Amino acid sequence: MKSKWLSGPYVIWMVLFTLIPLGIVFYFAFTDGAGQFTLANIQRLGAYLPILLRSAWMSIFSSILCLLIGYPVAYCMSKASPTRQKIYYMLIMLPMCLSFLLRTMAWVSLLEDTGIINNALRSLGLSPLPLIRNTGAVILGMVYNYLPFMIMPLYTVLIKIDRRLIEAAQDLGCNQVQVFTKVILPLSVPGIVSGITMVFVPAVSTFYISQKLGSPGAVLIGDVIESQFKGAYNPNLGAAMSLILMALIFLCVGLMNHFSGTDDEEGVATL
Amino acid sequence: MRRFNKIFTFLVFLFLYIPMILLVVSSFNQGTDMAVWKGFTFSQYGELFRDRSLLRLLGNSVLVAILSSLIATILGTMAALGIHAMRGRMRRIVLGVTNIPLTNPEIVTGVALALLFAFAGTMLKINSILGFWTLLIAHVTFNLPYVILSVMPKLVQMDPDLAEAAQDLGCTPFQAFTKVVIHEILPGIVSGALMAFTMSLDDFVISYFVTGSDFVTLPVEIYNYTKKPIQPKIYALFALMFGVILLLMVAMNLLQLRDLKRRRTKLTQRREPSR
Amino acid sequence: MAKELIRLTNLTMTFEDGETILKGINLYINDHEFLTLLGPSGCGKTTTLRMIGGFLTPTSGEILFDGQRINELPPHKRKINTVFQRYALFPHLDVYDNIAFGLRLAKLSEREIDERVMEMLDIVSLKGFENRKVTSLSGGQQQRVAIARALVNRPKVLLLDEPLGALDLRLRKDMQNELKRIQQAMGITFIYVTHDQEEALTMSDTIVVMDKGHIQQIGRPEDIYNEPKNAFVADFIGESNILDGIMRQDLLVEFFGRQFPCIDKGFARDEPVDVVIRPEDIDIVPADDGHLCGTVTAITFKGVHYDIIVDFKGFKWLIQSTDYQEVGSYIGIRLNPEDIHVMKKSEYSGMFGDYSSYSAEYDEIAEGGEDEE
Repeated sequence: MKSKWLSGPYVIWMVLFTLIPLGIVFYFAFTDGAGQFTLANIQRLGAYLPILLRSAWMSIFSSILCLLIGYPVAYCMSKASPTRQKIYYMLIMLPMCLSFLLRTMAWVSLLEDTGIINNALRSLGLSPLPLIRNTGAVILGMVYNYLPFMIMPLYTVLIKIDRRLIEAAQDLGCNQVQVFTKVILPLSVPGIVSGITMVFVPAVSTFYISQKLGSPGAVLIGDVIESQFKGAYNPNLGAAMSLILMALIFLCVGLMNHFSGTDDEEGVATL
Repeated sequence: MRRFNKIFTFLVFLFLYIPMILLVVSSFNQGTDMAVWKGFTFSQYGELFRDRSLLRLLGNSVLVAILSSLIATILGTMAALGIHAMRGRMRRIVLGVTNIPLTNPEIVTGVALALLFAFAGTMLKINSILGFWTLLIAHVTFNLPYVILSVMPKLVQMDPDLAEAAQDLGCTPFQAFTKVVIHEILPGIVSGALMAFTMSLDDFVISYFVTGSDFVTLPVEIYNYTKKPIQPKIYALFALMFGVILLLMVAMNLLQLRDLKRRRTKLTQRREPSR
Repeated sequence: MAKELIRLTNLTMTFEDGETILKGINLYINDHEFLTLLGPSGCGKTTTLRMIGGFLTPTSGEILFDGQRINELPPHKRKINTVFQRYALFPHLDVYDNIAFGLRLAKLSEREIDERVMEMLDIVSLKGFENRKVTSLSGGQQQRVAIARALVNRPKVLLLDEPLGALDLRLRKDMQNELKRIQQAMGITFIYVTHDQEEALTMSDTIVVMDKGHIQQIGRPEDIYNEPKNAFVADFIGESNILDGIMRQDLLVEFFGRQFPCIDKGFARDEPVDVVIRPEDIDIVPADDGHLCGTVTAITFKGVHYDIIVDFKGFKWLIQSTDYQEVGSYIGIRLNPEDIHVMKKSEYSGMFGDYSSYSAEYDEIAEGGEDEE
């Protein structure tokens, strides 16, 4: 029973480099540049509320799109032969291991006004489309970058579903659609929840995708935080924004866990 | 319906791979604009290998990835063993803290660590504290949960009597770990270490906030590159990484497949009459 | 022969969550003895075993081994080995290396290790299996590897925690004989934990019946069966009809308004007692010749005999007989003095021995879950 203490170094590490830093974020959010207590940073957040809301709805929309696209894919993967499953799995893992910056750049040259798609349209005699620097492009970027994070947990949950349950449902009179809605879908809820979490969290806090694909005026909360630390150096305001971003995420993830009835001990851990 | 699903899946994979294929193709393009094909060339690769600084950055990334995944694997495995022995509230609290870096957006983790390091810098009177050490600490921090979460399930699956059986047969608790327990959880440790390694190698957001100009990793530099008109040798680098990772994955899968086959032959042996 | 090897004095165990599993166990175990701890799940038998093995430290009390206190001695320093419930074979080692595990730790020469492993493989009839992966063995074979792995270290005591629980019935019977044979051949002490009364009766020299953290009775299998100390023991070991009675005087007990001669004595005059009558001891006779008369309410064929439920004035008895009785027929029974066993009243009085809620699956009722603690 003394083996509990093996996690001592880890606990110390996490206190030093996870809990204390969050404490410092709190401290910065409620102080000014001179270290005096102030609520000014929080009050200034009001001006950024539209940005926060835009980030929220765009990432929620992207998460839902990822779910709608990812579920059939994960389902198809789970039904494939074991060798094919291995190949699919590999193909999903591969993009996750490669620089998302460059992959996003590739989208830029696809969508640009002088990019590949518009060049092709021109050569066909069609008029070019405004494909970049708009909301749609940012959502496309989010879906593209985070889709694998949705497929993985869904696939993990779907392959674990006992075949006998499906047979039992058929035996009890379910048709194919009912098997899906009454057995498979409810059983994949944990995968859906962790998939949405894994898409939503990075999407709501992204700053690169919107810089490259979005219109310069329509920044996201991630861009604003980044600029507080890397551009117009105001760490106090940046800390306050980080705080509100965290609050937003815990609210959304908490609400989702609450309504889906999954508790989060393993919630994010399905990957 | 099933056919539709297959076609749909194919299209999704196409969607995922088109940008990557484009990058690989661009690495052989003579021009600098991805959208315009100017003829085939290997010269981008030559450029890449002549660029000492880019190779040094790659070296930096690999160094940090190896060190941070190694430290995270050791600390994380110990932590998993400890958490496994915990019960009740203590276990819940430690697992909750483990989840923080996973649920927190990377940007917040990065910003929080940057503030901590800045604070430590003023306390210790170090001017530019951001660099190798802060990067290493940050990477270990976000790697730890991945190691723990891949080791924990193996510990849970393990027959709890195994460690006791080893002690019963004369092992000290430490020997019981090295002679028995580690063999059971090794797959979890290895996959945790691999996951930590790739996470660390590929990390941009957190690194971006916790490193200074003294010690830069490849993803951070790529970010700087993409701000300017991009140099095509970067595409060559991407294509090489794509190839290496693909090869590694295929190799790992083939190994697993061979292992699976071997196990299957064992199973058939078992059915032969014994005695 | 009867040299004392292990002594447990006032052993108690309270877990971190405040639950007290053992409430003062006193027991001594002799060298070369086959002793069984028998009881339902949660009775504390596995806890007792784990304390002897060194995996738990008692909250209070003493464990003496050869006269030495070993409460805090870690498992690897005890001359005791364990056969675990689910075998706990090391999956990464083959049969040979599993068995050689303890000997290698003891740093024996490879030659001696080889001799002893081979000898053990012979004893457990697994010659030719040395290089097999343990995961490729059947349950019975794994079981024998587990026994060999423990015994090869020549322990003074072998602890066995429900080792046959995972085997099917046939194999279980075979292994019971096998275990008894091995114990006699090696001449060492076996401490065996089970909830299966038949297993206990078949193999043991001594049975310790436990319930709710207390020892209910210690004795030879015949004594436990024939002279149960209280209603719990009577019910747990075999089937029993347990009735309220009054001891009128030595050798005379009254129940159902009628006095019966018996062979028990030493009770106070008119002391209320529990009376145990085993179903197989009851003789069915025509109603006119019976000491008691009742109506057959159910009959079930059990192979060797019939289980017959007979209603005596609203109290239902179980009778086992090779003769068929029609449901509804009015029959009599006769009881000989040696068929009647009288017990003192205990906390268990009135809880067992009434077959009013009889169902054909009564055998399973006492067994329950296998996991405890």
